[in-house]
Amino acid sequence: MATQTSQSLGGLGQSVKRKEDVRFIQGKGNYIEDIYLPGMIYGAFVRSPFAHALIKGIDSSAALEVEGVLAVVTAKELAEHNLAWMPTFAGDTQAVLAGDRVLFQGQEVAFVVATSQYTAADGVERVEVDYEELAPVVDPHKSLEMPVIRTDKEDQKDNLIFKWDAGDREATDRIFNEAEVVVSQHTEYQRVHPAPLETCGCVANHDPVTGHTVIYMTSQAPHAHRTVFALVAGHVGLEEHKTRVVAPDIGGGFGNKVPIYPGYVLATVASVLIGKPVKWIETRTENLQSTGFARDYHTTTELAASKDGRIRAMRVRTLADHGAFNAQANPSKWPAGLYSICTGSYDMEAAHVEVNAVYTNKAPGGVAYRCSFRVTEAAYVIERAVDLLARELDMDPVELRRKNFIPKEKFPYRSPTGWVYDSGDYHAAMDKALKIAGYDELRKEQAEKRARGELMGIGISSFTEIAGAGPRKQFDILGLSMNDGAEIRVHPTGTVTARLGVKSQGQGHETTFAQIIAEELGIPSEKIIVEEGDTDTAPYGLGTYGSRSTPVAGGATVLAARRIREKARRIAAHLLEVSVEDVEWKDYQFQVKGVPDKAKTMAEVAFAAYTNVPDGEEMGLETTFYYDPPNFTFPFGTYICVVDIDPGTGEFKIRRFIAVDDAGTIINPMVAEGQVHGGLAEGLAIATMQEIRFDEQGNLLNSSFADYLLPTAVETPDWELGKTVTPSPHHPIGAKGIGESANVGSPQAIVNAVVDALSHLGVTHIDMPITPWKIWQVIQEKGV
Amino acid sequence: MSTHTVTLTVNGQEHTAQVESRLLLTHLIRDVLRLTGTHFGCDTTNCGACTVLLDGAAVKSCTLFAVQANGKSITTVEGMAQNGGLHPLQAAFREHHGLQCGFCTPGMLLSALDFLKKNPDPTEEEIRWGISGNLCRCTGYLSIVKAIKAAAKEMAAGGK
Amino acid sequence: MIPSAFEYYAPGSVAEAIALLKTHGDEAKILSGGHSLIPLMKLRFASPAVIIDINGIPGLDYVKEEGGFLKIGALAREASLESSPVVQQKFPLIADVVKVIADPQVRNRATVAGNLAHGDPANDHPAVMLALGAEVELTGPGGSRTLPVSEFFVDLLETALTPEEVLTEIRVPVPPAGSGGAYYKIERKVGDFATIAVGSQVTLDSGGRVTAAGIGLTNAATTPIKATDAEAYLVGKSLDDATLEEAGRLAMAMSDPSSDSRAPAAYKKAMVKELTIRTLKRAAERARGGQA
Repeated sequence: MATQTSQSLGGLGQSVKRKEDVRFIQGKGNYIEDIYLPGMIYGAFVRSPFAHALIKGIDSSAALEVEGVLAVVTAKELAEHNLAWMPTFAGDTQAVLAGDRVLFQGQEVAFVVATSQYTAADGVERVEVDYEELAPVVDPHKSLEMPVIRTDKEDQKDNLIFKWDAGDREATDRIFNEAEVVVSQHTEYQRVHPAPLETCGCVANHDPVTGHTVIYMTSQAPHAHRTVFALVAGHVGLEEHKTRVVAPDIGGGFGNKVPIYPGYVLATVASVLIGKPVKWIETRTENLQSTGFARDYHTTTELAASKDGRIRAMRVRTLADHGAFNAQANPSKWPAGLYSICTGSYDMEAAHVEVNAVYTNKAPGGVAYRCSFRVTEAAYVIERAVDLLARELDMDPVELRRKNFIPKEKFPYRSPTGWVYDSGDYHAAMDKALKIAGYDELRKEQAEKRARGELMGIGISSFTEIAGAGPRKQFDILGLSMNDGAEIRVHPTGTVTARLGVKSQGQGHETTFAQIIAEELGIPSEKIIVEEGDTDTAPYGLGTYGSRSTPVAGGATVLAARRIREKARRIAAHLLEVSVEDVEWKDYQFQVKGVPDKAKTMAEVAFAAYTNVPDGEEMGLETTFYYDPPNFTFPFGTYICVVDIDPGTGEFKIRRFIAVDDAGTIINPMVAEGQVHGGLAEGLAIATMQEIRFDEQGNLLNSSFADYLLPTAVETPDWELGKTVTPSPHHPIGAKGIGESANVGSPQAIVNAVVDALSHLGVTHIDMPITPWKIWQVIQEKGV
Repeated sequence: MSTHTVTLTVNGQEHTAQVESRLLLTHLIRDVLRLTGTHFGCDTTNCGACTVLLDGAAVKSCTLFAVQANGKSITTVEGMAQNGGLHPLQAAFREHHGLQCGFCTPGMLLSALDFLKKNPDPTEEEIRWGISGNLCRCTGYLSIVKAIKAAAKEMAAGGK
Repeated sequence: MIPSAFEYYAPGSVAEAIALLKTHGDEAKILSGGHSLIPLMKLRFASPAVIIDINGIPGLDYVKEEGGFLKIGALAREASLESSPVVQQKFPLIADVVKVIADPQVRNRATVAGNLAHGDPANDHPAVMLALGAEVELTGPGGSRTLPVSEFFVDLLETALTPEEVLTEIRVPVPPAGSGGAYYKIERKVGDFATIAVGSQVTLDSGGRVTAAGIGLTNAATTPIKATDAEAYLVGKSLDDATLEEAGRLAMAMSDPSSDSRAPAAYKKAMVKELTIRTLKRAAERARGGQA
């Protein structure tokens, strides 16, 4: 047998073509809406047209007269079963259906069940709800002065959800008091919605005979969702051992499919009550108006520095709008998530960050939209502030960054807010990005253009991410440790089935996790099948978000494979008739030390594991490993954006976008590049288009893709990528995770570029989303 | 309620169905014919996930009533493969990583198919305009553009 | 997103369609491209009891040059303008506009006539047809009548079409030699409705003086605007910077945009001037035989 190589195995570092593509390109994916069960009926919501109102009555009689409408469920029925409220991942409670009052426009008020989605829609139209409008709290800045929204919570005396801080307040204030230079900027990180192309949905199938329930749902975290179901509805039969949550193919998640939504609960309750499978699929409008939004962080950022450009301290004051229920999906002990990573890539003496979160009459949420729990917000404020400081000091933003980067010798580096960065080489990533961009020439071109009255900007972002939640000592969601499991079964004929507690939504786990196992076991990746998303078969895990799959489940997979290899080595020794100590794993097979042609492949060992097991050894070759990561991983990179602005109209074009990422060891370069491309496009979308907007009455102003704008191929530039590789010292294969860096790192590169183009006019900041009219307006204000 | 008999050819096969006049073409394709590669993504004619070919032209099937397809010919993603093999566009999407979650992919493929018919040798910029009626949230489009470009070459070479 | 139920008719002739309109009156809606109507029905913003689908009527999908006019039939799709040699050669303004209307799939289905008949000032063809001095043929129970497009747009989403009429043909006079046109649309992203847009058409004499000018404004008021003051001002003048500036100012003065999710009114107003200047320059270049 020819010697195996990583390439022949489809192992680590290989651009293996994706297994999942074969079904997707032929229209054979199996998404939630593709699930049809015999006898299936449909549910649809009656939603509140008001942001804040009392419900005086609900009249379902006309709806029930529509042929095909089977039932109209309201909060009253839910309350009879003690199901009117559910916990959020943030530890708040959320109304499954509004009872006596609605707290945001689009809130679920009643659930119409009918024989088809067409009749369900007709039924929804005929449910009459008598509302008495109340004044809504829309502006988060005024929320604390307004009457209490959450009257359901007895101890709630105002609209404050939490006050949280990190870092050293006194040390930070001291430095600010004595600092030579201080810059300050208020930024509004607008409310956005992840808007995956597939909306949320559920098909619940309760079998009244066996009492078993299968819930197919768009879930980034099937196990966590099943546990919550059991906690909330165990008393009506949804106990964990009788409930199976299945997340089928998911058409993008980006954090949108982490929370539990009333639709999942209602479809399940309706199935339990009626005894038939119930399907609920969100419309796009429902998706935008009621499910997990992200960001909505309003921040004043200050930097204290010396005159020669040493950043000394950072002070951050943030007001967070969480909507009507605190339904963010952060680790429970971390109400502002990992926001205290906001000192970013810079070595400074002290920092203090404070977040006040408030209720408003808007949809609940605060999800981690393609980011690890508020790290996008953190990266935005530091990278904007550093640019501002560069301007203040009249320094090149590159020079200022280089001067303040945490030097690579200082890793592992303890940040002033307490994080221990695992590894980094920020200068190298910066150098590479500058080289690809041709930075000096770009600055020259800019100067020439400026002299001619043309507007061109160059924006830099040197971000540090934090990924892979997380070490279980401190990181849990509703008490569930943020660890993840991997199960590997090597079959007698040497093929493998692996199951994971995470859940791909397009990231390509079926391919990349097979590559990890291929590398560890010497079995070709095409002989390895990876299954996720079924709680009946997959080991427990908290799911896929926050770039945690590779750092956490990836670690579990490697260590499960290595545990299998240990047993396999004992069996190999038995087959080779030598002692275990004389057998080594080399060239992807077991060899007798010093005698390379005396060897056994993993396939041969696997067969023996079921046919020729040595005495004292259990039969079989399989294991499950739960991985508790010792620390987070800290991916980083430098992004450079070049933008041209039309001074007459304010229209702008992103001419170039250079992204140099370092996510440690890369499993599949093709897939990794794809992840970066996608993250960049979403960053571009946030910087220039995406914004969930409300009027003063709390009406959502952009409830469809006609007004909630997502970029097309035309607005999206030809991404130019580069990479450096600084492995994580604590991850079993040195991987850090790459799914979200680009979304974390890119928005501020674009804002910095636009501001840079206008900086000579005295422009210091423009809030996202940046639009032609905003640019035109600042140009007018500066009297040009 | 007004119902109508609709006869149409889908992927070369004739189907007859009794439909309500308001039934959307996407629902006919998905719920009645169970060709679930055609997806709903937005409801407002923006995303293109429901794109099919109607008498050879790419259209958004969520913005047609099923009755309008009476007597017409429709191609969905399930009908793209030729002679038992993948269409060059399908193969190129996999080869160049032109998809991630796969939800936009069927619509994207059919838009590209119509586009390449009219523009067999396009520039990357033309391709970007050609797929501007299809949203993708995963790929940042670059790999899709490269896949379509590669497929164009392949199709020219194969005379398809 | 499910429309309400409706009765569906697919007439085989214009006469049959008009008879159906007569029978059902306000309850009925004509379905041609359907790309304005069906989205509204799915949102239940419109719930017509009767749909009259004219797509099956033969012979209405033409784009042809005849008798000094470009004639566009009721069922001509936007895409057929893209592929029409006469449009590409003689109507650079239409060639410009059709590229920036919605997206390829929509253009395969949406009709030019529908773009006018919807009466939406944010649609692109109204301004273009105003700039080109087009006329429309409206057919009703008593026969056909012809109306200059400048008299077609009555108010927001309201046109001169009576409930019993169908817009059967658009006629655009073929511009004389020495003509050119251009459209400039500011949009939030490709495929969006215009934040603001301007279409200009000029004819120049051999000395470079304007002999005829047409300027249409998209999304600049509750109806599409024909910037007649600017048009009249330009006739007889050379397009020097001062003239362009004044034409832009006059066009701007006729606009009355409102602030919306696309942009504040002040921006739109300023852009009417800016885009009028830009499109006139471009139109003149093309009139002189520059890049078409």
